[in-house]
Amino acid sequence: MTVDPKGVLTGHHYLDGDHACCEGALAAGCRFAAGYPITPSTEVVERISARFPMIGGVFIQMEDELASSIAVLGAAWAGKKSMTVTSGPGFSLMMEHIGLAAMTETPVVFVNVQRGGPSTGLPTLPGQADMMQARWGSHGDYEIIALCPNSPQECFDLTIEAFNLSEKYRVPVMFMMDECVGHMTERVIIPKPEELHVVDRKFTSRPPGEYLPYKVYDGWVPEMVKAGDGYRFHITGLTHNEVGYPAMNWQAQEKLVRRLIDKIRKNADEIAMYEEADTEDADVVVLSYGITSRVAMRGVEMARAQGAKVGTLRLIVVWPMPETKIREIAGKVKAIVVPEMNYGQVALEVERLAGGRTQTVLVPHGGGTVHDPEAIARAILEVSR
Amino acid sequence: MTTQVAEANTPINPVEPFLRMDRMPHIWCPGCGIGTTVNCFARALTSSGYDLDKVAIVSGIGCTGRVAGYLNLDSFHTTHGRAIPFATGLKLANPELKVVVYSGDGDLIAIGGNHLIHAARRNIDITVVCVNNMLYGMTGGQVGPATPNTAIASTAPYGAFEQPFNLPFLADSCGAVYVARWTSYHVRQMTRAMREAMAKPGFSFIEIVAPCPTLYQRRNRLGDGLDAMKYYKQRSTRKDGASTRDVDIDFQGDIVVGKFIDRERPTFLQAMNHRFTERLGSRYTPYPTGLED
Amino acid sequence: MSAATQAGAVKKKKKKYQGRIYVDRERCKGCGFCVEFCPFGALELETDYNAKGYHPPFLAHEDKCNGCDLCGLYCPDFAIFSEKIRVED
Repeated sequence: MTVDPKGVLTGHHYLDGDHACCEGALAAGCRFAAGYPITPSTEVVERISARFPMIGGVFIQMEDELASSIAVLGAAWAGKKSMTVTSGPGFSLMMEHIGLAAMTETPVVFVNVQRGGPSTGLPTLPGQADMMQARWGSHGDYEIIALCPNSPQECFDLTIEAFNLSEKYRVPVMFMMDECVGHMTERVIIPKPEELHVVDRKFTSRPPGEYLPYKVYDGWVPEMVKAGDGYRFHITGLTHNEVGYPAMNWQAQEKLVRRLIDKIRKNADEIAMYEEADTEDADVVVLSYGITSRVAMRGVEMARAQGAKVGTLRLIVVWPMPETKIREIAGKVKAIVVPEMNYGQVALEVERLAGGRTQTVLVPHGGGTVHDPEAIARAILEVSR
Repeated sequence: MTTQVAEANTPINPVEPFLRMDRMPHIWCPGCGIGTTVNCFARALTSSGYDLDKVAIVSGIGCTGRVAGYLNLDSFHTTHGRAIPFATGLKLANPELKVVVYSGDGDLIAIGGNHLIHAARRNIDITVVCVNNMLYGMTGGQVGPATPNTAIASTAPYGAFEQPFNLPFLADSCGAVYVARWTSYHVRQMTRAMREAMAKPGFSFIEIVAPCPTLYQRRNRLGDGLDAMKYYKQRSTRKDGASTRDVDIDFQGDIVVGKFIDRERPTFLQAMNHRFTERLGSRYTPYPTGLED
Repeated sequence: MSAATQAGAVKKKKKKYQGRIYVDRERCKGCGFCVEFCPFGALELETDYNAKGYHPPFLAHEDKCNGCDLCGLYCPDFAIFSEKIRVED
């Protein structure tokens, strides 16, 4: 673990989530970023463009999100930690390269500051309706990791975590903010460099000739190389064998895609990050993520004031889901209430995991503003009766 | 001296060290021009003296998009149209690399057209080799942005009627510092152009007109790949320094070839360093450009 | 060139080159580029087929080849190349 102190702005700051995300990326060692302006995410790259020249990073504003999302893959294969930043409409354009990153196992971070959709939707107002897109938006079958911060402090902390996870699992990580978290200004404490946990890229120690780019020597993830080191490796979005060469047959597909899925799915409990409170004797658990988790707390308090026994489970890593934990909760409560700024995305997965053992109640909201906490309280009270 | 059948003790083809021989034979049809361009590219690398460990090749999708997979370099087969922005990230993240984009007309000019014009405008220090077979080969010969008027294509069964792009003019007007066009017939000139383009700091662009015997020549009743090569030989006129606006290609018409543009302009990283140094002074440490002595 | 090497060059015997052709018959797809564009007309296509059903080239006129390797440069399938063999008089 090595932290470049140049990227760490140690101290107490008053930052919005977008700026905190930038600082998290710099602290994590990100030294290449590409972006295209889009509200409400632009402040992330505005700050990067100002900060990078002082610390040896390169920012380029590309011609569109297609270009941004693959330029960061190019930089990753040149050995840099890299990131791109966008919001819904740009995220749609980036799907192509989320798929390429998943297929080629390129560690890279995609930030999506979610706004209301579909299409141009509500550019300046919040939404959480890209959650399924983050998971399944590119064609084909693959797994990614998605994190949802609920404060500027978490925008800093979890951006570092997003980079760490992308390096550890060689997977594109979706950093799913929302307009509220992105534009909310709060105190952000940036620790000293030596207090940060930063995961370095695991480059192979095998010499050229004894190394295969997609052979898994240990665990789930192949060791990485970078261009210019003499490995003369080949990377392709086609289904490939351990050598990295195209292999157009079902056996190669089964071996490769199965591993791409399993390296995340079978490690879901290890990847999982959540905050659980008061679930031991709860009748109802409110499951939420991102800004909605803070709104939900108000609803929980209102319901508790009327006698409801409510616990909370806040997902920090939303994909993969903490399946074991959700199944455990489903086995002991009357209902799981899921408020989210969409008409049912994460709730569908919760319902699947509950498997009929408990009721899953969606509290939908189209976005544009956060939930009315009373709607959440009402839903809790209704099921706890 | 007699013809020798290659055996274990015969010398190997001089291009073999530059190719992934474990992937041969390649996918290209008999008489396809792409292999000839790759042959020339391998020889351009031989004579350029670069450390091949520092040369990276990036392709998009399509027949020419398969080139990356056959070259024994760090090689990247990316998505359709996006080879240039991938190469941009690769080059900017490690300017020590010599980065070459090798792809086709559909990939670079149609779906990737936006990236081409902006990389040229920014003067990203990469070389783009565009093999122009005048249609989409991999998918079965559909009309493309370089299909000449009246030529038959699978989605233009009555002949193409859109104005095609004049590729050198496009690259020139967007700011490329080196622009040349050759055909797959012009093997020595093409090899030299590839060498020059790679040595040129900034965005260099080489169009290579090449046959697609299976889909372009056959469907247009123009014979096979060899007939196309004879046509290139007969109807090409070398005009170095010609104004790129005058080098349109009409259906089976004259082809103006040569080196059209060779000029100096700061690369993206040079311009970035210049601007930041001017504005930030000693707070800025210049970023490597790959062009340091 | 230095005076010394110039002097040396004068002393050397006159050199002559002949060509040697190498063909990987099974790699050939019979496009005919090498035969058509050989500047000396030294090559012809075999009447025999290779395993893929193509007619590979062969050196039909030994004396005409000088090993310029233009055939090697044209070959889209990396199936032919030539080299110069120095012959001293």
